[in-house]
Amino acid sequence: MAKKELDILLKATKICKSFGNFVANQNIDISIAKGQIHALLGENGAGKSTLVKIFYGVLQPDSGSIEINKQKISITSPNIARKNGIGMVFQHFSLFPALTVAENILIALDNKIKFKKVVDQISKLSKEWELFVDPLKLVSELSVGEKQRVEIIRCLMQNPSLLIMDEPTSVLTPQEIKNLFKILKKLASSGCSILYISHKLEEIIELADEVTILKSGKSIASIDAKKTTTNFLAETMVGKKITELKKAIRSKSKKIAFEVKNLNKMKDHEFGISLRNINLQVNYGEILGVAGIAGNGQVELMEILSGEINSKDNDQILLEKIPIGKTNINERRKLGIETIPEERTFHATVPNLTLSENTFLTYFFKYSNTKSWITNLLNNPKNSLDESKKIVKNNDVRCPETNPLASQLSGGNLQKFILGRSLANNPKVAIFSQPTWGVDIGAATAIRQKLLDLSQSGKAVILISQDLEEIFELSDKICVINEGVLSEIFDVRDITATDVGLLMGGKNKKIQKMEPIK
Amino acid sequence: MITFIPRDKVSKNWIIIAPILSIFFTIFFGLLIFTFLGYNPLETLYQIFVSPFSRIDRISDILVKACPLIIIGTGLMLCFKSNVWNIGAEGQFIMGALLAGFIALSFPNIETKFFLLITIFAGFVGGALWAFIPAILKTKLNVNEILVSLMLVYVAMLFIDFIVRGPLRDPMSFGFPLSKPYPEGALINKIPFPGIGFLGQLHYGILLVVLLIPVSWIFVNKTLGGFKINVLGSAPQAAKFAGFKQHSITITVLLLSGGLAGVAGVIEVSANIGQLQPEVSFGYGFTAIIVAFLGRLSPIGILFAGIIIATVKLGADNAQMTMGIPKVVTGLFEGILLFFLLTGETLQKYKIKWSEGKK
Repeated sequence: MAKKELDILLKATKICKSFGNFVANQNIDISIAKGQIHALLGENGAGKSTLVKIFYGVLQPDSGSIEINKQKISITSPNIARKNGIGMVFQHFSLFPALTVAENILIALDNKIKFKKVVDQISKLSKEWELFVDPLKLVSELSVGEKQRVEIIRCLMQNPSLLIMDEPTSVLTPQEIKNLFKILKKLASSGCSILYISHKLEEIIELADEVTILKSGKSIASIDAKKTTTNFLAETMVGKKITELKKAIRSKSKKIAFEVKNLNKMKDHEFGISLRNINLQVNYGEILGVAGIAGNGQVELMEILSGEINSKDNDQILLEKIPIGKTNINERRKLGIETIPEERTFHATVPNLTLSENTFLTYFFKYSNTKSWITNLLNNPKNSLDESKKIVKNNDVRCPETNPLASQLSGGNLQKFILGRSLANNPKVAIFSQPTWGVDIGAATAIRQKLLDLSQSGKAVILISQDLEEIFELSDKICVINEGVLSEIFDVRDITATDVGLLMGGKNKKIQKMEPIK
Repeated sequence: MITFIPRDKVSKNWIIIAPILSIFFTIFFGLLIFTFLGYNPLETLYQIFVSPFSRIDRISDILVKACPLIIIGTGLMLCFKSNVWNIGAEGQFIMGALLAGFIALSFPNIETKFFLLITIFAGFVGGALWAFIPAILKTKLNVNEILVSLMLVYVAMLFIDFIVRGPLRDPMSFGFPLSKPYPEGALINKIPFPGIGFLGQLHYGILLVVLLIPVSWIFVNKTLGGFKINVLGSAPQAAKFAGFKQHSITITVLLLSGGLAGVAGVIEVSANIGQLQPEVSFGYGFTAIIVAFLGRLSPIGILFAGIIIATVKLGADNAQMTMGIPKVVTGLFEGILLFFLLTGETLQKYKIKWSEGKK
């Protein structure tokens, strides 16, 4: 798109940045016009965050130049970035929970202002931009959406000419997202440029004027966002055609596979979530999607479903009507329940162990020879090496060598390995948490297909995911977890994304038009 | 700011060159410091590095000194590998020696050397019991094991002091805080070499090290127990996911390391002292922490680290005796040696990058 020279606010030429041997940014050119919403699109690891951290002065480029208003500058610190009118809202908020909103904003200001004046300014800004938040409230009492508003206000206090937003919607409900978009559009129309980072295609089409696509550290295209389609963006981003999922019609079984009944679990540390009165059930041949924003009790739920932690009563968890609440994780594996926690490294695998050792990690009981106590004591890599080779072959895990360390695999390949390891145990019930989180589209599609295949072969699947698209694409039934409370279970045909969004945001109001299945 | 970037490959040559360079730098800075303080630098270096090897009986003294360090260090290795920070081996050493001493002194006339099996076992139990306190507090009440194990060192020191001044004092000791001498059956003898006789203080306790190193190597590398310790240390969440019982691993490694420290205590007293006295350890339990880390938490590394540290300690003693160099100065030298050895180790794996800016 041709832009008049005058209109350009920020122009970066040939930005390069590498960490060790890893090239994060390679000759990236980008120019952002005044009042433009410019989206930066790319898969995880494409170099988006590195680039904006360079703009905000958190990182220094190895080479390349940045011009603001045609003045060449070097942004050596966030301080200098702010002085040049650049504000940034990080993906992970940097607020002190024990301080009020106004105090949080006060301490971040470069120039000292009186507390009362800050409160007045916050109220004024929050009215002007519809960023409603009470300046005297403690940050710990705010919802995620409100916290984000505080971050935005904090940037606006400095009168920025460029606002950088790093994946702002990953923690928001659909309603909050809508609200955020309204604010961003209003800001842009007042002349403030916005650099918006995302890997969600719909958002970009809806919001952005122009989109720059990054792939493996290079900028491969700058496209007018108003004249493109999600398909085109996706294919450009991934660099290949995306295969559609094959969804066959399934023979529905009425046989209940796995049930949770009136499960309660107090949080065991300050930042945990207490689970309250959880009820769920899943039939064979079915995928139950558990939607919810991260940090609403998914980790705690997973611990107790997997058997890492036992439930209080044995009959709070049932497999085919048999109580198993007090069995441990390995006993559940033997019963045919396979789980995958959301944390790939350090939880599902040990990064500094090889794949065969990581196979042994969850299946050492399988290799132990019960005839002799001495072999039971031994760490047996021979069997597990054969097994891990099979897993690698059957699941198209791409390894740099025959038996690499888990840390040598990319996120997507490691996840394929973890999934394959679970499937190799031929589970009756599979409970997977965030299986495609942070995984490239190619691997994500393969993993989703595996889940569909699993349910089509008559197994019961519980899919805990914060990716709503994924939930709707795969699930037969949907429920939502919010602050440790699980909603009723709805049939996928009876519920819309908006309804799920409301439930995710804690609006547990009755949705009238459908009958919950029980 | 300095950043450390992992190297893609650790060069084979540098594995050999790095320690040599480390020693070279240590010698260089040692020379500077000794010259600056007015000591004959070459003479000092000779005393520290060469004199421990100058006679065969001195070499055997190195082994005698390294023996408790290696035994304790091996136990600590199990703890540190599983992220359990037992720094109270000194106290466990004392309590092991004390319980074994109590048993030994209860049978004043025993002569058979099989009795040693009982006292060594008692030493293991004594050390393990002392380590059981931080173990149970950590697993039941989530109390930090670093503080508990460290503080219990001072309790143990005062306790043995009390015991040898009170209940177990030898009435014939002319008021000295000493117990009666151990019976023959509780003493570890020096090894007689045919045709040579005794080599310094070299005693049969060294056989335990010869046994312990391969056994612990097999345990760490080839058994499920070693695997569990390794997983728990590098990824506690993954240990949970594998269904390993974290608490029982924590308790086990603390009991094992406490027990081994206690055994080291028995051997030290039974072979070198022969009776209980207020000071039985001379800081072995703390020095063994350095030995464990210098040996990169591997049994074979700990064997060498124990010998290196023992050499320098003996050399420092020699320098003190022959040249009157205060312990503080030789302590400083030991510090320099450790610093360069660990630097060399680190630089094998990481390269340094100097970058501007504050973040």
